Amino acid sequence: MTKIKTPGISGLILDEPLLWEKGKKGRRGMSIPVNDVPEAVLEETLQGQGPDFPDLSEVDVVRHYTRLSQWNFGVDTGMYPLGSCTMKYNPKINETMAATPEITSAHPMLDDEYSQGTLKIMYDLQHYLAAITGLPGVSLQPAAGAHGELTGMLIFAAYHKSHGSKRTKILIPDTAHGTNPASAALCGYKPVPVKSDSNGILNIQTVAELMDEECAGIMITNPNTLGLFETNIRKIADIVHSKGGLVYGDGANMNAVMGIIDAEKCGVDVMHLNLHKTFSTPHGGGGPGAGPVCVTEELTKFLPTPLAVKDGSSYRLKYDYPDSIGRVHGFHGNFGVLVRAYSYILSMGADNLKKVSQLAVLSAAYIKEQLKGTLPLAFNRPCMHECVFSDKLLHDDGVSTLDLAKRLIDNGYHPPTIYFPLVVPGAIMIEPTETECKEDIDQFIGVIKKIVQEAKENPELLHQAPTIAKVRRLDETKAARNPCLRG
Amino acid sequence: MKELSELNLPENLRYTDDHEWTSSEGGTMKIGVSDYAQDQMGDIVFVEMPEVGDNFDKGDEFGTLESVKAVSELFIPVGGEVIAVNEALEDGPELINKDPYANWIVEIKPSDPSEIDQLLTVEAYREILKG
Amino acid sequence: MRYLPHTDEEIKEMLEVVGRKSLDELFCSVPDDCRYEGDIPLPLPLNEWALKEHMSELADSMTVTPKFKILIGAGSNHHHIPATIGALISRSEFLTAYTPYQPEVAQGTLQGIFEYQTYTARLLGMDVANASIYDGASALAEALLMGLRIGRKKKTVAISTAIHPHYREVVKTYLEPTEYTLLELPFGEDGRTDLSGLKEIKGLAAVALQSPNFFGVIEDLETASSAIHDAGALAISCFTEPLAFGLLKNPGSCGIDICCGEGQSFGMTRSFGGPGLGMFGCKEKYTRNMPGRLVGETTDIDGKRGFVLTLATREQHIRREKATSNICSNQGICTLIATMYMSSLGGSGIRELAQLNYNKTEYFKSELIKKGADILFDSPTFNEFVVDFKHDFLPAYERLQEKGIIAGLDLGRFYPSFAGKYLFCATETAAKEDIDAVVKEVL
Repeated sequence: MTKIKTPGISGLILDEPLLWEKGKKGRRGMSIPVNDVPEAVLEETLQGQGPDFPDLSEVDVVRHYTRLSQWNFGVDTGMYPLGSCTMKYNPKINETMAATPEITSAHPMLDDEYSQGTLKIMYDLQHYLAAITGLPGVSLQPAAGAHGELTGMLIFAAYHKSHGSKRTKILIPDTAHGTNPASAALCGYKPVPVKSDSNGILNIQTVAELMDEECAGIMITNPNTLGLFETNIRKIADIVHSKGGLVYGDGANMNAVMGIIDAEKCGVDVMHLNLHKTFSTPHGGGGPGAGPVCVTEELTKFLPTPLAVKDGSSYRLKYDYPDSIGRVHGFHGNFGVLVRAYSYILSMGADNLKKVSQLAVLSAAYIKEQLKGTLPLAFNRPCMHECVFSDKLLHDDGVSTLDLAKRLIDNGYHPPTIYFPLVVPGAIMIEPTETECKEDIDQFIGVIKKIVQEAKENPELLHQAPTIAKVRRLDETKAARNPCLRG
Repeated sequence: MKELSELNLPENLRYTDDHEWTSSEGGTMKIGVSDYAQDQMGDIVFVEMPEVGDNFDKGDEFGTLESVKAVSELFIPVGGEVIAVNEALEDGPELINKDPYANWIVEIKPSDPSEIDQLLTVEAYREILKG
Repeated sequence: MRYLPHTDEEIKEMLEVVGRKSLDELFCSVPDDCRYEGDIPLPLPLNEWALKEHMSELADSMTVTPKFKILIGAGSNHHHIPATIGALISRSEFLTAYTPYQPEVAQGTLQGIFEYQTYTARLLGMDVANASIYDGASALAEALLMGLRIGRKKKTVAISTAIHPHYREVVKTYLEPTEYTLLELPFGEDGRTDLSGLKEIKGLAAVALQSPNFFGVIEDLETASSAIHDAGALAISCFTEPLAFGLLKNPGSCGIDICCGEGQSFGMTRSFGGPGLGMFGCKEKYTRNMPGRLVGETTDIDGKRGFVLTLATREQHIRREKATSNICSNQGICTLIATMYMSSLGGSGIRELAQLNYNKTEYFKSELIKKGADILFDSPTFNEFVVDFKHDFLPAYERLQEKGIIAGLDLGRFYPSFAGKYLFCATETAAKEDIDAVVKEVL
């Protein structure tokens, strides 16, 4: 077997205790202005002791977090082919733009005349996202993808209410995102699962049989979580519309289809975008993201308020939408994240955004082709931006998807998404994104092949992995049985 | 996971197709989950139980079992009032993995004893497990 | 394009491997009737230097510049942010990581969140805190939904009208399509919530107050929580200024069951209202009803301490439509910022800073009173307070703006009967001379 070079070698890892295991009373990590006004005394019944925090010096804090950061793997560390999450490179200029002092110091409660720059960003971004999706109404308020879904479902409910009906169910395909049922349930919709067919996509007949006038509509992730394009979407949308329902498009996988599909032409009425996926804003170890919602002209009146509008040459926030579902965020959403996406779109332009989708799909198709002899494909159909394998063959060697994932860590890769989508047993879902170059993709493919070989020859290597990360496999059962959630 | 032949399925119990067992004695009934259920769940980390005095109709959800990454609902096989819950499971959910039969979950007073006759015998349950 | 590494040559090679003649052919599964027509109408791409210039033009169009003193809080507060925070969060191992689903390579994020949960719980006097919710407003909506889950058959919740008006709007939005009833409770002449009508409300699952409330008034949480408990409901308190708990009794010690609010004050810039941080904690017995992600301590197979996401069975990806919330993320990096800030202050620092903020506001109030202005509510306040000038303040507001000070928020937008009454805020960032400058303009 040829020696495969991998980026993962062991390095020096420094240990670091919890914050309250260090420090000395009397230390200080931050400067506090001197008091230049008379001391005042709050009435004693309202006064507390203050929180039990350790006192730390500035160096204590800086070293603590620097060491913690070294235990993390990010996109800037290496390839992060986490399916469904679009872990593309997060451009540094976006950070600089979001840190513009006039933006970071902007107060959200001032009159519009004081905030023309930030309002222009909102106004333009609303238009850019409308142009990209083909859906003209846009709200930037939702703070994350799931928050966008909730906003979408609230719009569904408001729409049906305006038609004098209250529907009770919603169709959700088995290849949709995991958050969909919970988002719909908050609006009182009982999810009705729709099975995908033997090709991994939705069947027109199946939807026709389930769709009725009790159904508020359908939530479709397209491309779906198998990385397949729902080719019947237009006809499915027609069926749903004919029964008075609406079509929700989960745009989490938009990275595959920018400039390729027009959501409105697909029959989608409401769609959220994940700015932290498609539009390159960093994931921050779990957030903050942004999940703007785009809707058809007809549904615009239901969007959360306010919206940014333009009067002549000035911008203002418009509140006057009597049918609006109301606010979903305290202010204007995760504005700092919006600025990053705005910078990205301006940096890219139309041609490059389309190229992003083309190259994201090309990279996934390339991996699929190179690995289909090594791991069994869940569906051998043209894939979009991600490809899904199963662990069927690995089982024969007594190793699981989890073992393969952990062995990838020792080789210097973040594992792909595993055990999702649920319709594929032992799923391994790989999304390379457009920002990985061919050499790195080739190296990754080589490492996967090497690990599959190891599974046959020395499965213990996989069972024991990872061995060179900060910690080895952790006892999740212990964590759940006797939860220790704070120190 | 265990093969069918490895499963412990006591003869003297009645079962349900939701993989629960029941044992009746002196007008009350203890309810737990079968060896098959605990084996499928893996390490059980939490048992959500009803309160004594709660009333359920046959088929109602009366609690849940949780593993690290799954939740399994528990349905009452026979309607009635809860007269005891196995408090040992609050701090020791793993007891169900150790012995699913010694570690019952709730004890009820059936409201309609004739429902007991509809429960599965061990043979019928074994047939279901065969698929 | 510098983010797209593929050369034409490589694209050709890769297309050959996948058996396609062109990039367009990769999309053969997309039917014609779904296709985007023409080019996306977007501006031409800007290079890095042109983009900077563009942003600098936008910055110039902001009338209120960073040099301005802004003596307004209203849920978006101005505090000094130490340089360490900017430096530490630009560590891209934190910034460019995903949710810590692979704990072995995410111990930095996980230990960071565990520390955040601990600090939050200690600050609020709660037994547990989650890994955060989007913002203060959605955290309050989630807290009320949690109260309704715990209350089972009780279908009504009540919130104080002294809660931030935007938070109340978000709560309304969340509850609109549900079967639940949302009531609003009035506030009295002292600016505190009037709870005298609670006992008449049937099926009351939870009652929410804000303290310090929108008017800066510190609610008497001890009395309030026992009145709420007497009415058979859970007591929820929220906040927009967590620094207050450096000085005030924490909500947990006052008997509050669920406490939540906005954490932006802890090291986050205002940034036109986001991203901030929805802090969220509760009593231990309600842990399994809590929304959002949780990190717990455990050990690895060698017995070494480590951290993992835990109690995930509450969450949407497992419990699907029966989950405690649809939330699937947290505010990630913002939790680290908040903990960096709290740990930089330390226990003694947060006390000192909170006292300093209190001093500033009290000085501001007393100087305005000397000028003949009325403070609308005579209850104790923290950082914010409402002023009745008894004459038009607008000319003074405009003169101050010319001097680079934005002071006072007209409450008429939110409470029509309070038109012409102004909400002021002073934190440690307001120097005595800034406060004096405002007072001087008041006639």
